[in-house]
Amino acid sequence: MATANKTPVLTVEHVTMRFGGLTAVSDLSFEANRNEITALIGPNGAGKTTVFNCITGFYKPTEGKIALRHADGSEFLLERMDDFRIAQHAKVARTFQNIRLFSGMTVLENLMVAQHNKLMVASGYTVAGVLGSSHYRRAEKDAIELAKAWLEKVRLIDRADDPAGDLPYGDQRRLEIARAMCTEPRLLCLDEPAAGLNPRESEELNKLLRAIRSENDVSILLIEHDMSVVMGISDHIVVLDYGQKISDGTPHHVKSDPAVIRAYLGVDEEEEEKDALAAKAVAEAVGDQA
Amino acid sequence: MASQKASAAKAGAYDWPAIIKDLLGTAFVSLLIMVPIVAYKSVITQYSLVLVSRWTEVFVILALLLGVRLFMHLFVWNRAPSPVAADAKPAGPAKASLSERIGPWVFPLLVAVAFALPFLAGFERRPIDLGIYILTYVMLAWGLNIVVGLAGLLDLGYVAFYAVGAYAYALLSTVYFPYWFGDGMVPWAFYITLPIAGLLAALWGVILGFPVLRLRGDYLAIVTLAFGEIIRLVLINWFDFTNGPQGITVPKATFFGLPFKAGDDGFAAFFGIEHNRIHYYVFLYYVILLLALLTYFVTNRLRRLPIGRAWEALREDEIACRSLGINTTNTKLTAFAIGAMFGGFAGCFFATRQGFVSPESFVFIESAIILAIVVLGGLGSQIGIVFAAIAIMGSFELFRELSVFQEYLPEGTDPVHFRMLAVGLAMVLMMRFRPRGFVTRRQPTVFLKERKAVSGDLVKEGHG
Ligand SMILES: Nc1ncnc2c1ncn2[C@@H]1O[C@H](COP(=O)(O)OP(=O)(O)OP(=O)(O)O)[C@@H](O)[C@H]1O
Ligand SMILES: [Mg+2]
Repeated sequence: MATANKTPVLTVEHVTMRFGGLTAVSDLSFEANRNEITALIGPNGAGKTTVFNCITGFYKPTEGKIALRHADGSEFLLERMDDFRIAQHAKVARTFQNIRLFSGMTVLENLMVAQHNKLMVASGYTVAGVLGSSHYRRAEKDAIELAKAWLEKVRLIDRADDPAGDLPYGDQRRLEIARAMCTEPRLLCLDEPAAGLNPRESEELNKLLRAIRSENDVSILLIEHDMSVVMGISDHIVVLDYGQKISDGTPHHVKSDPAVIRAYLGVDEEEEEKDALAAKAVAEAVGDQA
Repeated sequence: MASQKASAAKAGAYDWPAIIKDLLGTAFVSLLIMVPIVAYKSVITQYSLVLVSRWTEVFVILALLLGVRLFMHLFVWNRAPSPVAADAKPAGPAKASLSERIGPWVFPLLVAVAFALPFLAGFERRPIDLGIYILTYVMLAWGLNIVVGLAGLLDLGYVAFYAVGAYAYALLSTVYFPYWFGDGMVPWAFYITLPIAGLLAALWGVILGFPVLRLRGDYLAIVTLAFGEIIRLVLINWFDFTNGPQGITVPKATFFGLPFKAGDDGFAAFFGIEHNRIHYYVFLYYVILLLALLTYFVTNRLRRLPIGRAWEALREDEIACRSLGINTTNTKLTAFAIGAMFGGFAGCFFATRQGFVSPESFVFIESAIILAIVVLGGLGSQIGIVFAAIAIMGSFELFRELSVFQEYLPEGTDPVHFRMLAVGLAMVLMMRFRPRGFVTRRQPTVFLKERKAVSGDLVKEGHG
């Protein structure tokens, strides 16, 4: 349900993040549109994960403003909120570059924990739950149904009762996405979801992300190195290098931007004439899927 | 050790020269130690100091040592050195099916035995006392298990909440109830104070929790330890309020208002049976049994509620919890408060059982023992805790009886003093061979098709 009129769901304005003397993100501004997939790309150490941590409240940006707008018009200033409140009220969910599942809990339990706040209310903040209220039991059943629905979508339904830590790597990645979706987010931030996946798995991931975007009222912000994923599914790409935005636009635009090519291939200023050649190399490398 | 590796490399075939070399080395070192310590004993007779030689003992010990070492060489160290391969696939499912088949029966069986114990024991005082003693620690360990085993927060000051519960009962029943309601209420004091003691302890849990929950791991452990000591020192020094080190004598509990005494208005007369002091102890036994079962069932239910799942998720990964919108501070506080509440209940019971409270009952070693039970039982496992409590508290009792060692100990020492040594040794051995405690498998709280226990090496221990 891609909307014709593009409204920003996330607005990042002049965000700077310093760690001591190191400026990991400097004066970054960009927007992510509602119901679109926005990709954040850049070489290693460019500051992508740091941007995610600022958006999800794990870091407080040194300067700048991050605003999130829901479709109903409510606005959240994320730079002022605690991380868990951002997840709970602003409805931003995320996955982690190095997977963070509850490995000693089962796949299903992982998805139940994701529905904590909803179930907490249903259990009368534990009091009614301890007394065995039927209202809570119904809510728990619904929560299991939601979890089941997501397990079907990520094809993990057969592993529902296995410990999350026992899953192979690719399955863990998909479980983490399902867990984030069980919080019913408005903005889903995925930090390198295709890392470590084989080509078949990343093709499957493309499909999953497209399905998530079209079937749910959710916008996706994606960090990814795998160009086949980035170019294949994103509506809009923001390129970072050394903490600064060097390009911003459609995949087609970004792919042919000389600044991006320079950042990725490390071409000197004098060697601009070789850019045309380099652009061709990149186009081949990423595969022309856009 | 070189010899171990050598024998392991051949996987099965024994490397006899290496084993013999190792045994000779063992013999040499142990003789070096034993000759001065064991072989001669100085005995003061009436007239002089004489040396008594004890070579038989030396050789008995030496033979034992070598035997154990040989056994280890042949049957333990000889195994292929890949615990992952050995435990994970082939042994895993087989073990699981056995423990899963008997698993559901263990707890009901234990409860049945516990209920029948006074009858099995023929209403003897000693076994009932021991039962009360063990059940108190089972309950305490179940309470601490919420904090340490489920939420993964290392609390070394748990005994503070036990103290709060005990003093709540002592002060309310001896000072405040007579003052507020007159003496008529005193027989009911236990029943009224029990919930109050729990609530006060929970309140203290929250008060302690607020400042310390930003800390993790070692820091959290140290601050909780200090908190435990502070409570004890306040109890010692706030003389006007707590009567200091002299302690407070506490009234006995009654059977819903009927005192356990010989007269016409006593328990025995009411039920038309002959008065016997044992009634009181049987009553206490069932009270602590019911309190412990309450702890068990409430904790079990909590585990299946969002709060319990959040505790376990917190132990697994705090950052992931926050990314899912879980308020981790509140989650930790509830774990502290609910764990403390059960400590408070147990404290209230302890006060009435002892008939006397003093700060001496709430020293650090109590916290350490309760924690040892939780760790030995297997973090998070309620059944494991029962066995650990029986093992630890039972062995403490055993040591009281052992006069066998007496001969070898210096004058005036008591085998009781060695019980910590024995428990320490047992812990070291446990950590070496079963580092995750008796019961390592975690039972999931919800399932779609079948409940499969989660193997212990996937479950995290928390970071404090
Ligand atoms: N907590 C921190 N303290 C200090 N420096 C940090 C911290 N987090 C990130 N950095 C630094 O900020 C810079 C950007 O790191 P970041 O993890 O955001 O890069 P990235 O774009 O996600 O890289 P990658 O593609 O390797 O994941 C790096 O130089 C990193 O060392
Ligand atoms: Mg990163």
